[in-house]
Amino acid sequence: MRAALQLAQSGYKTAVISKVFPTRSHTVSAQGGITCAIASADPQDDWRWHMYDTVKGSDYIGDQDAIEYMCSVGPEAIFELEHMGLPFSRTEEGRIYQRPFGGQSKSYGEGGQAARTCAAADRTGHALLHTLYQNNVKNETVFFNEWFAVDLVKNQDGAVVGVIAICIETGETVYVRSKATVFATGGAGRIYASTTNAHINTGDGMGMALRAGVPAQDMEMWQFHPTGIYGAGTLVTEGCRGEGGYLINKDGERFMERYAPNAKDLAGRDVVARSMVLEILEGRGCGPNGDHVKLKLDHLGEEVLESRLPGICELSRTFAHVDPVKEPIPVVPTCHYMMGGIPTNVHGQALTVDDSGNDVIIPGLYACGEVACVSVHGANRLGGNSLLDLVVFGRASGLYIEKALREGIELRDASQTDIEEAGSRLNALNQRETGEQVAPLRHELQEIMQNHFGVFRTGEFMREGIAKLAELRGRVENVALADRSSAFNTSRIECLELQNLFETAEATAIVAEARDESRGAHAREDFTERDDENWLCHSLYHSDGKQVSKRGVNFTPHTVETFQPKARSY
Amino acid sequence: MLQVSLYRYNPETDDSPFMQDFSVDTRGRDLMVLDVLELIKAEHDGSVTYRRSCREGVCGSDGLNMNGKNGLACITPLSETVKGEKLVIRPLPGLPVIRDLVVDMSLFYAQYEKVQPYLQNPTPAPAIERLQTPEERARLDGLYECILCACCSTSCPSFWWNPDRFVGPAGLLQAYRFLADSRDTATEDRLAKLDDPFSVFRCHGIQNCVNVCPKGLNPTKAIGHIRTMLLNRAT
Amino acid sequence: MVTSVTSFSRTGLSDWLIQRVTSLVLLAYFVLIAFQLTGSVDYTSWRALFDQTWMKVFTLMAALSLVAHAWIGLWSVFTDYLTERMLGPVGNVIRLVCQLGASLSLVGYMIWIIVIVWS
Repeated sequence: MRAALQLAQSGYKTAVISKVFPTRSHTVSAQGGITCAIASADPQDDWRWHMYDTVKGSDYIGDQDAIEYMCSVGPEAIFELEHMGLPFSRTEEGRIYQRPFGGQSKSYGEGGQAARTCAAADRTGHALLHTLYQNNVKNETVFFNEWFAVDLVKNQDGAVVGVIAICIETGETVYVRSKATVFATGGAGRIYASTTNAHINTGDGMGMALRAGVPAQDMEMWQFHPTGIYGAGTLVTEGCRGEGGYLINKDGERFMERYAPNAKDLAGRDVVARSMVLEILEGRGCGPNGDHVKLKLDHLGEEVLESRLPGICELSRTFAHVDPVKEPIPVVPTCHYMMGGIPTNVHGQALTVDDSGNDVIIPGLYACGEVACVSVHGANRLGGNSLLDLVVFGRASGLYIEKALREGIELRDASQTDIEEAGSRLNALNQRETGEQVAPLRHELQEIMQNHFGVFRTGEFMREGIAKLAELRGRVENVALADRSSAFNTSRIECLELQNLFETAEATAIVAEARDESRGAHAREDFTERDDENWLCHSLYHSDGKQVSKRGVNFTPHTVETFQPKARSY
Repeated sequence: MLQVSLYRYNPETDDSPFMQDFSVDTRGRDLMVLDVLELIKAEHDGSVTYRRSCREGVCGSDGLNMNGKNGLACITPLSETVKGEKLVIRPLPGLPVIRDLVVDMSLFYAQYEKVQPYLQNPTPAPAIERLQTPEERARLDGLYECILCACCSTSCPSFWWNPDRFVGPAGLLQAYRFLADSRDTATEDRLAKLDDPFSVFRCHGIQNCVNVCPKGLNPTKAIGHIRTMLLNRAT
Repeated sequence: MVTSVTSFSRTGLSDWLIQRVTSLVLLAYFVLIAFQLTGSVDYTSWRALFDQTWMKVFTLMAALSLVAHAWIGLWSVFTDYLTERMLGPVGNVIRLVCQLGASLSLVGYMIWIIVIVWS
């Protein structure tokens, strides 16, 4: 939506295709905030410190030119949002309130914990998404709400020239022709059984890209958020720990002091999640099954909780039946964010590599947000960086497309065959008479991913998972459509989504097995060390032949010196 | 076994809507209503149609009428809504039904857009953010949190009768969210656009909106504030 | 802005204000009448009360308030229930007929009251 806004303001004809009404997208669930060095909490704050934290957080496979761009442009993008009306919480000076989040430091890790995450209470994503939609309304962007993009249309030169889209309400299927197609389709957390993600996070962009032969980068990197509510999976923001909350095991011990003596509960998310799993595996988990730990907040007092974390109090009472003012919330690491995605440059242009390993731009295709892998998050995303990522690169894509349109984009029209090819998956689904039902297939997929590709991974177990997926593929491709109506047919959409989930899951599985080291969120029990010699690079998955290759990480920022890989400790 | 009675209507095959009964095995768990719908869709009838997204009460997709009261299916536990053994689920009242539990929300969105739900301030923005004291910001609490689920407006009789002319509680809450924002300068223009016999003044203080809002917001209070502002403007 | 030619006044606010002010006038008037009725009332005392100018003016004010109050209230009811949305195209016709009927009777009552009080 940030890209759409940019384009609508430029006067170019812009349409947003969204499978849900725009304010129902998953950004709305983001809670804690948007991390950016706007120097409110600390007037000395410097975007370079934010850059350092992000590079370190990424376990050094975040592209440093992209991180440099995001962190340096960030403040401008945040102030724009504020000018658009985003209701940030405020400091006594009237500036935007910033709270501490995990992995944040001053002076390149030397100056202690920083408070850099700009917040609107614990509803920052909601406030952000609504503000963006409101400004799109203001600028009269055209919305195709409850339209579902099915597949990319490519012309004979391999350029992307639009999508096949289906109107959910009427079943009408059309080819939407465009000079620039921007994916902002979000994540695919629903490949796992336990996830903080919305039902709609089904990796539609990944599915479309992989089927169109676009590679996927760093797909093994899935963030497990330390604090998903036990049982329900709903997210409890890292801001809880930022405001002073901490995790305890069954003995009431603040165990993060052992794993990360300095940052404690505000270490990187991968570190905290792994520590939690270790506590549970070593028998110090809470509950009758000892399968979770608890997040203690009651010592903060009712006033702080109700003013800073009102949404968390609400969620916890609803889903955990626990009042955080009185007792700790049961939590467990839960799938949260896809660090990988469609490789892009800082303009959002999708990339592939040629035979000699050089980057090649795919004409017509852009990606931003979670579906993109610019890559600013590398192997582990810092809290609050996802909202910044989508705002900064949405804006950057918009700016770049505006410039490109002004200079003139010449793409050959798609032929009838090209369009038919893109529509073939939908047609096949509509015509198929037999096959399995969507819900059990989806359940099976989620169980495979949950069991074989979770927080800790081993080669043998993953190979087993890959074999199961291979067996599942044919069945997913032949999923049966139980309902053939053309009026608001959510069954049809769920079938198409399942196939997207599968593409994403398979990419994850194959690359996870290939990366034989531990880095960031990717933790192997059979390769426990980081291997900079072989794997200080992106992984690239090619759907064609299911091949994995490597792509270099950018270590050459333009205005600062390279941050050299170091051992990562908090 | 939970008895669920669902409102069903497919414009392609049904002349008129009907209620269909399902027996759902909840295995004694206190599920959310959305979980029950997911169970029905997965295990009983894949053609049951409803909207859902975040399943944690922040996206506003699954506003439904459950045992006579509007609310969000994903955060309404059975223990809260089911008295006895029966759960009756209908679409939000007052809007055209597209299919089953899915209603056409265009009228609702049109009212939202009518209040110009965006910050207006033509003065050049500073290089940093516009300053706002915590007290000024606190005035937006209870207003900006609206998720546009339409539970309030579709429980409001005035909105049922005049959905095209009465802005409705959700729209008016948003109208006041911008009137109350210290950074917004379009107050006069906003008020002028609301001062007709329908937009605001069809609110008769019934307070169904307050009663059903899943986020605990109070549109009636906001409407009262708008009225006061209109009054101050006229005198 | 939604406008309707059959509205009593120009704006929603003035309609709303009129409703409140007129209801106060009516309340005061009926309290007065009720107070009078609690004492012993016969024709002479009743007549004497209404011969006083202030009472005539007050009665006229109350009558005017009643008309205004009733019109705004009825107009709201008519535009809620007797509409094209509720009754189809014929709704507009029915509403106009009812509005005409209501306005004629209100004017009629007003004239009648004037005649009674000032004759």
